[in-house]
Amino acid sequence: MGSDTSNHASKFGFYLLLAPILLWLVVLIILPHVGLFVVSISEKVGPREYETGLGNYATFFGEPLYWRTFARTAIMSVLATALTLILGFPIAYYIAKLTRGRTKNTLFLMCMIPFWVSELVRTFGWMILLRETGVISTVLQRTGLISGPVELLYNDAAIMVGLVYTSILFMVVPLVTTLDSLDDSLIEAGYDLGGTSTSILREIVIPHAMPGIVSGCIVVFMLSLGNYLTPILLGGKDSLWFTGMIYTQFITRFNWELGSALGFLLLALSSGIVFLGLKLSKQSLSDTMGRT
Amino acid sequence: MSNTDPDLVCRDLTKDFDDFRAVDHVSFEVPRGSFFSILGPSGCGKTTLLRMIAGFQSPTSGDLRIKGKSMIGVPPNKRPVSMVFQHLALFPTMNIGDNVGFGLRQRGVGRADIARRVDEVLARVGLPGVSARRVDQLSGGQKQRVAIARCMVLEPDVLLLDEPLGALDLKLREHMKVELKSLQAAFNTTFVYITHDQSEALVMSDNIAVMNHGRFEQIGAPHEVYHAPDTAFVAGFVGDANRIDAKVAAVNGAMLTLTSDAGTKMKVEAAGAGLSVGQDAQVFLRPEAIELSTSKDSFAEDRNASQCTVNSVLFNGANSSVIVRDAAGNLISVAMPQTGTIADLRAGDTVFTGWRPDKARCYPAAGA
Repeated sequence: MGSDTSNHASKFGFYLLLAPILLWLVVLIILPHVGLFVVSISEKVGPREYETGLGNYATFFGEPLYWRTFARTAIMSVLATALTLILGFPIAYYIAKLTRGRTKNTLFLMCMIPFWVSELVRTFGWMILLRETGVISTVLQRTGLISGPVELLYNDAAIMVGLVYTSILFMVVPLVTTLDSLDDSLIEAGYDLGGTSTSILREIVIPHAMPGIVSGCIVVFMLSLGNYLTPILLGGKDSLWFTGMIYTQFITRFNWELGSALGFLLLALSSGIVFLGLKLSKQSLSDTMGRT
Repeated sequence: MSNTDPDLVCRDLTKDFDDFRAVDHVSFEVPRGSFFSILGPSGCGKTTLLRMIAGFQSPTSGDLRIKGKSMIGVPPNKRPVSMVFQHLALFPTMNIGDNVGFGLRQRGVGRADIARRVDEVLARVGLPGVSARRVDQLSGGQKQRVAIARCMVLEPDVLLLDEPLGALDLKLREHMKVELKSLQAAFNTTFVYITHDQSEALVMSDNIAVMNHGRFEQIGAPHEVYHAPDTAFVAGFVGDANRIDAKVAAVNGAMLTLTSDAGTKMKVEAAGAGLSVGQDAQVFLRPEAIELSTSKDSFAEDRNASQCTVNSVLFNGANSSVIVRDAAGNLISVAMPQTGTIADLRAGDTVFTGWRPDKARCYPAAGA
């Protein structure tokens, strides 16, 4: 009897602790997606009249603007991820391996500080720098390097700068964590056995940091792909970002059916690319995300 | 250059950190194909010395030569030395074969050649056919041998070992001592081994350097370091010894008469200790140099004999010892005779201790 009740109590405790995550998953993730999916497969045939069918998906594939934007978003996000990795790796390596104690904490904090400010404000910061009457343009004119004002906003490079800037922390943190766990004597052993900086980076450091690289890349890729603010503000109205297109369908066009379909395609796209990335790097999702 | 030139020569090697001298004018030579140990307590600078030989730290002053070539300014990846790290530093992301082949890959050796040489060296360390295994599938002793194979495959002039046995359990450590020594003989490579464990150094080495506070106190063969220590530090650090603080009462040639602080008189033969009457001295006496007896008459005339009480008996098989308390109240450790003559000692028994004057070592007291 006694063990029975304590068994019940512990089970109850287990479910009680599990409840928040279950609620979060079911109410905020699963239910909306089920709803979205139901909406995405309904076609409007008349006022308040719907039929089940894949017409919305067919619209996507029939309209080049949609799938070209789709492909453009994917390619730009992959590119932004790669750039973030190339920029973030040296920073993370410096913080994790070449500094100690106080300096290390300070540098880590300095990476973190920009994130105390809202993303909107940070993006406006970039706009102040890049616009026609902005800081960079003015400085270039004053120094006489250019004769007239130059518009640096509203192009793909501006979007890329914004995306990399927004997501670099999410690359640096997992990289610092994995590089921190790399024993210095392994690097020394590499040199001792005749390795060069390049070969040690390739054969010892990167294989060790792989889980961190992959988890950083997944997070940065997801953030870039699903980013709405940065592409719209820095890329302007014609930024052609897929999230912008979904927004237009829902808010401007009141076409929830097509919007849902596009949303589902975005989900499929991100899952597909992450899956591909994991297969290529021979990592498993639980390994990489569980470690950081 | 003849073939008997030493493989490794250090001349006045000094390393200063900000406000602290880790290695202080160290000079030594390691003959080709010998096993050289640097023995010292932790923090004595032995690791810094080893890292300078490997090239991870550069000396503040002095010269370091390997096979006659100065290594000052040569980076670690260009030196003809390899190092077995304290925690071995096997690459966990590679299998055993790739670990051992790492150095050969860096040299641009062909793939087939690498595979052949890796198999060869693994066979030589007694681990044939483990190439495909992961590092974590090996036992402690096997990893040890892989770490040595990874260095030996490069045929270095000098192999450096940084306390590699420290992480092993006692049984395995005893076993690996013998094995390391035989591997060294088989490869006929110069080994420089650092350790704080005197038994490792005594068992394996051809020569031992005892290091303290950045200086070499003595360099010599294991038996010299053990039986004829140059300094009080060496006498106290290598092997067990009873230390008796005393004052010199009389000098008669090489024979000193001392009075211990507790008032016991003793005679010690100490040629060249440079002690004069009235000076403070330290006498070191090995537990196995002391004889035990139940009667005072059994000792010869010249022995330093005294009556003691048994304080405790520490049974440890062949290494059993007896702690006795002399008339002045000092505790002295005595090795239990293995002949079984006095096997039934109990705490509180009265025994007589005696030792020959030439068995003890006498040094000026520190600071005197």
